[in-house]
Amino acid sequence: MIITIACREFKTLFLSPVAWSILAVLQFILAYLFLKQVETFMILQPKLAEIPNSPGLTDIVVPPLFGNAAIILLLVAPLLTMRLIAEERRNKTLPLLLSAPISNTEIIIGKFLGCLGLLAMVVGLVTVMPLSLLLGGDLDFGKLSANVLALLMLVAALTSAGLYLSCISQHPIVAGIGSFGLLLVLWLLDTSSQMRDQRNELLEYLSLLRHFQNLQSGLLNSVDVVYFLLFIGGFVFLSIRSLDKLRFQK
Amino acid sequence: MSHLIEANLIEAKRLYRYFGKHCVVKDVSFTLSRGEVLGFLGPNGAGKTTTLQMLCGLLAPDSGEISINGINLLTQAKLAKQSLGYLPDTPPLYKDLTVQEFLRYCGRLHGLAKDHIPRAIAQTQERCGLQEVTHKLIGHLSKGFQQRLGIALAILHNPDVVILDEPTVGLDPLQIREIRALIRELGQDHGVILSTHILSEVQDACTHVQIIHQGQLVLHESVAGLNRHLDTGLLQVTTRLAPDLAVLAAISGITRIDTVADTQLHIHYRVSDNPTQRLTETVIANGWGLQELTPVKQSMEDIFVSLTKETPTQDKPS
Repeated sequence: MIITIACREFKTLFLSPVAWSILAVLQFILAYLFLKQVETFMILQPKLAEIPNSPGLTDIVVPPLFGNAAIILLLVAPLLTMRLIAEERRNKTLPLLLSAPISNTEIIIGKFLGCLGLLAMVVGLVTVMPLSLLLGGDLDFGKLSANVLALLMLVAALTSAGLYLSCISQHPIVAGIGSFGLLLVLWLLDTSSQMRDQRNELLEYLSLLRHFQNLQSGLLNSVDVVYFLLFIGGFVFLSIRSLDKLRFQK
Repeated sequence: MSHLIEANLIEAKRLYRYFGKHCVVKDVSFTLSRGEVLGFLGPNGAGKTTTLQMLCGLLAPDSGEISINGINLLTQAKLAKQSLGYLPDTPPLYKDLTVQEFLRYCGRLHGLAKDHIPRAIAQTQERCGLQEVTHKLIGHLSKGFQQRLGIALAILHNPDVVILDEPTVGLDPLQIREIRALIRELGQDHGVILSTHILSEVQDACTHVQIIHQGQLVLHESVAGLNRHLDTGLLQVTTRLAPDLAVLAAISGITRIDTVADTQLHIHYRVSDNPTQRLTETVIANGWGLQELTPVKQSMEDIFVSLTKETPTQDKPS
């Protein structure tokens, strides 16, 4: 049943121009950024050749590309997640799901996976770009897969937070703005603690950016993975609860 | 008497539902058996939709119990909902899908087996008259077709209990007749609840009627019983000269006279003691000049007036 809902959600995105336009625009921007990184490498290459243990092709192209993709997805994810539940409530189509023999957990996880499907597709398309370098060079697959994992984790986290805000708001736009604000704050928490030149352990731990960068560096630390899993699980759980709560509305 | 042996399809016990401090549904209890079409009748805002939403698990009652096919809806929601087909007051349709795609999705949601779905869809489309729009986008359908599609999604998985919230809204008279016939047909081997504020719909399509007023059940009766209760009629009378009201009021069978204008009256009467002939004779004998005598269709208000007058025992004090 989860798969039925997820497939429907995924296909619905492609019925309107939403998914197509997002994929096209993202692909255009990321391709430009990718080419810029490749060019940087071409300029640096002669100098790098002289330094022993210098950063290679993967180090110069992949992390900046995935870092930029992360920021752009932070802007795009709320646009996709805002309509998940809020739009169904607004169009009064939610009773179809609520009166069917499906649990709220299945509805939420189905919606989550459907939306995540599109974002995972973006991640796939981003990954194809560095892979094209194999035509003329070598890649460090360990680092590349660490970056892919980091971006996938991040995208799942963005989706879960957006899904929760879509559950609690009446209007899709409100859900969009809300989740954008929430995600941006979580992203920037870390920088505020750096500014005052003092380290705040709690803020650092909460920051999305920090954990993302840790994973990106190729250091697969369980703290970071657990952070993302808790983040995703937490928001999915909250979404399920808020859908349950609809039955008790006053 | 056979339905007494079989378990009730729906059993609702002492339902209460508040919105804020306002009590929308107050102590509502009833049962529905197979073969019954239960009409839920009430004016706007009487609590019909809220009650139906509670029966479908969309709203939780503040107190009370609901069981569907003997399964408790509040504790075993998923299992209980399997025997439920629901059409809300606004049909929940995805405008981007075609009729075919949408029905297939609904079938999957209700757990129909994959190879069983095409047959179920074909059958339902035929019942609801949707064959000609199979491949059209739902957003492009007229209101009438959207309403029919809504009914289709409620009966697609052949549930034991079908709950329809104002199913004939937005349909033309011909379609209304077809839908009412469909409801009667469904009622033969399912249990159907439909809500409406149109009296004739209940008399036409239902076997039982339940009147809800300000959140309380005022009446639970068979349709034959309802017709017995409806003992008031209304005549609109226009005369050339202003008649003497005292003389008219004295005619047996007339219960109340409302003056619309000097020469136009609304006369309430008891159907069991129809005074039309006596009224005509009196008007002519007095030379008031009868110009118009029209029976007016009964409104919900009349029914409530007559019901609350004649069945005070059923109207529990709050």
